[in-house]
Amino acid sequence: MNLQTLPFLLAMIVVAVGLYAVVCKKNLIKIIVGIIILDYGANLFLMLTGYRENGLAPIRTANMNADNFLNSSVDPVPQALILTSIVIGLGTVALMTALAIRIYEKYETFDISEIKQLKG
Amino acid sequence: MAILIVLSLFVILAAIVAVEAKDLLSTVISIGAAGLMLSVIFLMLGAPDLAITQVVVEVLCLVLLIRTAILREDTTFEARRDRFIVAAGLVGAGLLVAVAYAALQAMVGFGNPLMAADPESLTLANQYLNHGLEKTGAANYVMAVLLDFRAYDTLGEATVIFCSIIGVYAVIRKVGKTTT
Repeated sequence: MNLQTLPFLLAMIVVAVGLYAVVCKKNLIKIIVGIIILDYGANLFLMLTGYRENGLAPIRTANMNADNFLNSSVDPVPQALILTSIVIGLGTVALMTALAIRIYEKYETFDISEIKQLKG
Repeated sequence: MAILIVLSLFVILAAIVAVEAKDLLSTVISIGAAGLMLSVIFLMLGAPDLAITQVVVEVLCLVLLIRTAILREDTTFEARRDRFIVAAGLVGAGLLVAVAYAALQAMVGFGNPLMAADPESLTLANQYLNHGLEKTGAANYVMAVLLDFRAYDTLGEATVIFCSIIGVYAVIRKVGKTTT
């Protein structure tokens, strides 16, 4: 087991747990939770790719010189992309919960196999 | 590194509890715990902006999911397990992890991002870190990327958020329904 790739592998396990929930669970809320976990795993993986050993946050304060900062800061690009991804994740969760509430009002169940049997 | 692995294991544990709990409210609380640990990881990895955003988004997600879960008086549910589906899901998830493990061997190790040590190098991160301050005047480089270098990206993000708000409104509004 290579210790250098262990954090990446743990992030991929989070993704796998989310995927399992999305594929295997029959409860609508469990499926939404699975998608949220998938989101977390992907964000964590991207974040890990940009980390530098003992890195600082990419915020420049007045008493830092430029060369030193360049060699000690973590990568800002994945962070900016993940920030977008987190907020869009909230949008998708809001839409999914709205649909789940609507489905519950109509069919009075969260179980997708029961909804399928109701036929209309 | 050790703390990071412990926190990651906690996220995995909270995710598994969230997926397998028999009570929907336990599920929602567990996903909150996982998100909170994720924000601590972000803070540890040098991303305070992400940690703040993650906490805020987490709270909103929790409110939405609890609102959905308490539609039933009794939030527990009986899980009828189909053995074949569970086995197939576990095999698929295991396959994903195995393929990821094989692929990760070709990746640069943790702690060595794709940033050249040479300040004049043309990689994206070096360009941003070198010229971010004089081009945008922002001391926080994440915000410089988000609001100046990639402002169209952020505009698209805002568009997606407003589309989802319109979608939510269209789905859950009560007036205008003409079903018999």
